[in-house]
Amino acid sequence: MNFDPRYSGRNFSSVGTRPIRPDGVDKVTGRARYGADFNMAGQLVGRVLRSPHAHAIIKKIDTSKAEKLAGVKAVITAKDLPDLTDGDAAMYDILDNSMARKKALYDGHAVAAVAAIDARIARQALKLIEVDYEVLPHVTDVDEAAQHHAPLINDQVFTEGLEEKPAKPSNVTKRTQFGHGDVHKGFAEADFVVERSFKTEQTHQGYIEPHACVASVNPDGTAELWVCTQGHFVYRQHCAQLLGLEASKLRVTSSEIGGGFGGKTHVWAEPVALALSRKAGRPVKLVMTRDEVFRASGPTSATSIDVRIGARKDGTITAAEATLRYSCGPYAGSWAEIGAMTAFACYRLENVKTVGYEVLVNRPKTAAYRAPSAPMAAFAVESSIDELAKELGMDAVDFRIKNAAQEGTRASYGPVYGPIGIGPTLEAVKKHPHMKAPLKANQGRGMACGFWFNFGGQTCTDLNIGMDGTVSLAVGTVDVGGSRASLSLVAAEELGIDYGNVKAIVADTSSLGYNDMTDGSRGTFSSSMATISAARNAIKILKDRAAQMWDIPVEDVTWEKGHAIAKGEKYGNLSPLSLKDIAAKSGTTGGPIAGHSELVADGAGVSFATHICDIEVDPETGATRVIRYTVVQDAGKAVHPTYVEGQYQGGAAQGIGWALNEEYIYGKDGRLQNAGFLDYRIPVCSDLPMIDTQILEIPNPNHPYGVRGVGETSIVPPLAAIANAVSNAVGVRMTHIPMSPPRILAALEAEREG
Amino acid sequence: MVAVTLWGSLSAVAGGKAKHEIEAKDIRELFRKLAEQYPGIEPWIDRGIAVAIDGVIYRDTWGKELPEGAEIFLLPRLAGG
Repeated sequence: MNFDPRYSGRNFSSVGTRPIRPDGVDKVTGRARYGADFNMAGQLVGRVLRSPHAHAIIKKIDTSKAEKLAGVKAVITAKDLPDLTDGDAAMYDILDNSMARKKALYDGHAVAAVAAIDARIARQALKLIEVDYEVLPHVTDVDEAAQHHAPLINDQVFTEGLEEKPAKPSNVTKRTQFGHGDVHKGFAEADFVVERSFKTEQTHQGYIEPHACVASVNPDGTAELWVCTQGHFVYRQHCAQLLGLEASKLRVTSSEIGGGFGGKTHVWAEPVALALSRKAGRPVKLVMTRDEVFRASGPTSATSIDVRIGARKDGTITAAEATLRYSCGPYAGSWAEIGAMTAFACYRLENVKTVGYEVLVNRPKTAAYRAPSAPMAAFAVESSIDELAKELGMDAVDFRIKNAAQEGTRASYGPVYGPIGIGPTLEAVKKHPHMKAPLKANQGRGMACGFWFNFGGQTCTDLNIGMDGTVSLAVGTVDVGGSRASLSLVAAEELGIDYGNVKAIVADTSSLGYNDMTDGSRGTFSSSMATISAARNAIKILKDRAAQMWDIPVEDVTWEKGHAIAKGEKYGNLSPLSLKDIAAKSGTTGGPIAGHSELVADGAGVSFATHICDIEVDPETGATRVIRYTVVQDAGKAVHPTYVEGQYQGGAAQGIGWALNEEYIYGKDGRLQNAGFLDYRIPVCSDLPMIDTQILEIPNPNHPYGVRGVGETSIVPPLAAIANAVSNAVGVRMTHIPMSPPRILAALEAEREG
Repeated sequence: MVAVTLWGSLSAVAGGKAKHEIEAKDIRELFRKLAEQYPGIEPWIDRGIAVAIDGVIYRDTWGKELPEGAEIFLLPRLAGG
């Protein structure tokens, strides 16, 4: 990478302003094209048959009757998706999750699919497919699944990470451990110790747009996929590998996206749609219903977490430990590992130990959900921190400030921190008027901190300058939160032109080099770095063209505020040439002017936030109302502050739903009982107050503008902040998320009964 | 020579040792030498390992130089949402 990513401390003209987003008008007028809005000539309708059983051997599938139904053009089972994964266990799991091969592993697991000329015939065909199941015992609860006597989901799984390989298989796929110091010694030094167990139920990202795609496989081996995704390049890689296609012949175009939050980083329906199209010889559109999204996409883990924290009378934490059990669905994952890494990351600890256990259950395959795994760990730790502060008689904010990590602190997950923002967020919260606002009866205030890593990754960008002096910017990171506006601001900043003269698009996989997904809060961080690099490459060409136009050496040309300047007194009579002037002559000075960049944007830098929440609880019904909510978070540099605030508010809103209402409810039969928005209640506008935000800007030393990722951290503190608020309102420590009205009433009743 | 610390699970496949002294100029050479010494690490490298150099986490820049005396910490390569 021939690009210096170090922070330069420059002043900004465009970056930091708040122009209207370029995709806004299309979105509010209905012109924007989402996953289901694309159609191809001759397209068929795809539908998927799903297992009604949580755990069952598939003894036989008879598709003959469905195939004979008039209007049915293809029926597929796992046989039509042969195993081409060549020993890649993670890819095999994706294949098996897309279409069950030997066993159905959860209620909703795909077992067959059809493509027909219309939806009615496709549904009829599904009813004609006969599947002979041998139903097996199942387990959906994370704690029950970790027991020795639990039904085994995969008898080839032996717990990794133990000193000795276990003799028997288990649903616990992996044990991981982090920490330093000696927790036994630390607890011996403590004057106060808090020890609690917590549970969080499984939730879904709740994106409004269901998974949708249109696939077309041609006889010559070329193929197209239009799809709603957070990462079309990754979808191309995965689909090509699973179907035996050449990646360069599979062109994937990402649609607009109606929410993803990590849930659109994995393929489910796409390999099935491609396999149907290949068999039918026609394009196939596959759109999941809401029921299918809940039953068969990728929710987050359910968790069970034990925490123990000790402190001296002076408020110094002496030791902290946590054991975290996270459900993975029926396939191995690393979700508890992330929880174990993030749990105590906000604090300066001499003695800390976290142990994570990954647990298989008969539920859908767990997928990433915005700062995956961190919110649950933060709920358990920040609830315990609050309780410990009370035991010590200290203010909750002051206790955290006293123990907050800072530059030079060894993080609980290992390395030593560089410059970080946890202290400043806490100081800002301490000074915030929200903390001093009076509370009424049955109201409680809570606050909590959160940490997330943030990632960079492979990124490729093209910047093309038209002959009229306008700029088109092609990026490969899907725009999930306004990044086309932010990246246009960055291009305008670097080139020195007006924001209105830059138009950013998300290019398809055949138009640009590989890009990692928009995940890990990397979209704006990574693509802004690549955009700066591409713009600087374009400026080199602009200077060269200006030199030609002036007939002077290029070494005598500089670039300032969107103009080429001839340096030195000898060129005093040469007026600056604008980008537009140079572009207009490009046809005769060497042709099109463009800048390209491909890089790995590492060094994203960690991120911290602190939230404050006021809750009112009705003690008779257990109903809750969020009265006031404030987010304070470090953005490094807010490229487009309105969208940064939007990320802060969005994370808080999702966290409020997770904390108070949302949960997957399984029956004893292992079937999901609430696969729809009527019974799985996400917050709507009337449930939420205006969420106040405060952006802190502590520059990231590893980005030219100081940018940090901002998309995920905002969902880490809410579960804990809200739990602390409810606990303070009702005087009972809440230990189970969501704090739905029945659960709050049960906690109050248990307290009354002692 | 750089001092490298492995996270708990990885140290289990590196002779049970968390701390290692290795002569390596960059991340690529570090991975190669670790794999030569402890073949059990190779599948972990294939699956993805992140490297923290003085606290800054690198996931893909295998050409990143390891400064003399820097603190090197190997971590799991994590997923984001």
